Amino acid sequence: MNNGQLREWYPFISPCDPCPPIRVKTYVVPPNQYIVYQPMGLQQFPIDEALFRGTLWPALFSPYQPGTGN
Amino acid sequence: MWLYEKKLQYPVKVSKCDPKMAKFLMEQYGGADGELSAALRYLNQRYTIPDRVIGLLTDIGTEEFAHLEMIATMIYKLTKDSDVEQLKAAGLGAHYAAHDKALFYSNAAGSPWTATYIQAKGDPIADLYEDIAAEEKARATYQWLIDMTDDVDLIDSLTFLREREIIHSQRFREAVDILKADQQTKKIF
Amino acid sequence: MDEYQLQEDRSPSYAQHAAADFETYVKELEQLQKIDFVLVELTLYLDTHPTDMQAIQQYNQLAQKRRVMAEAFELKFGPLMSFGHSFSRYPWQWVQTPWPWQV
Repeated sequence: MNNGQLREWYPFISPCDPCPPIRVKTYVVPPNQYIVYQPMGLQQFPIDEALFRGTLWPALFSPYQPGTGN
Repeated sequence: MWLYEKKLQYPVKVSKCDPKMAKFLMEQYGGADGELSAALRYLNQRYTIPDRVIGLLTDIGTEEFAHLEMIATMIYKLTKDSDVEQLKAAGLGAHYAAHDKALFYSNAAGSPWTATYIQAKGDPIADLYEDIAAEEKARATYQWLIDMTDDVDLIDSLTFLREREIIHSQRFREAVDILKADQQTKKIF
Repeated sequence: MDEYQLQEDRSPSYAQHAAADFETYVKELEQLQKIDFVLVELTLYLDTHPTDMQAIQQYNQLAQKRRVMAEAFELKFGPLMSFGHSFSRYPWQWVQTPWPWQV
């Protein structure tokens, strides 16, 4: 779904919490966290597609599902 | 010298008449982590950054103005046909009192833009880490804005802008890497 | 509801403009946006990878293709730049609508 860019964590829930608890929270770790210096010759999106992806390189693409950033 | 091209970087479409979003989008127009802050931050830092990295700061700074124009387009489209009552219902009453439907550089809460949103320490590592942080903050802001709308066309443009922040962050990290490398050892290139 | 409107243009290209409708304008604009985007990506990449010969070649090839595409676009829809980077017919085309945020 998010090709490995999504992380889950489980916040502490107190019995004193007034509202129904959110049990799972997620955050995104985008590909720029792993690539120190982009290697030469990476595969590219075709020209017709790159604009709509927001990048020329699939390796740097980060999909976002609404509501999963937090 | 700056040249202006009469064309948006990305085809911005807004399908849903939802002036409430215009107020939230202002966070990326005149907000702390928005496109104006980004453009002015990088274009100002570039005067004193090491020569090898001036090109990058100039080019990313210039691209940020293109993004500012995209945000302006979204806000413009969402408000240009509204009447006073619709604007008040959208939380833009105070804005209207001061500006009518003119855009203005303030954040979603109405605070005006300030140079305190940006920094230039003169130390290249400090400056570049400020830039990386700014890009990550902008990425996060776009995530929250995407969460706040169900207009698929608006989401499309915001998704583009979010991905651009990831790329910019990547390039600034590479700039740090370039500056870390000793020119004699030619580690990178 | 605003229709796509060009300010009246007394030059011979007026009829040409009327025929080239809004849909065509948006579609051809998108073609230019696609190639310009790749050029922006390559520019930023080359700023941190100045010795990638292949990327420079790709950049130059696309820049050449872009120049031809932009010229054709401008002949149909008017100038993309001012300050001498595009040409103009009579009357001065630069001030004509639509501006990018109006499209």
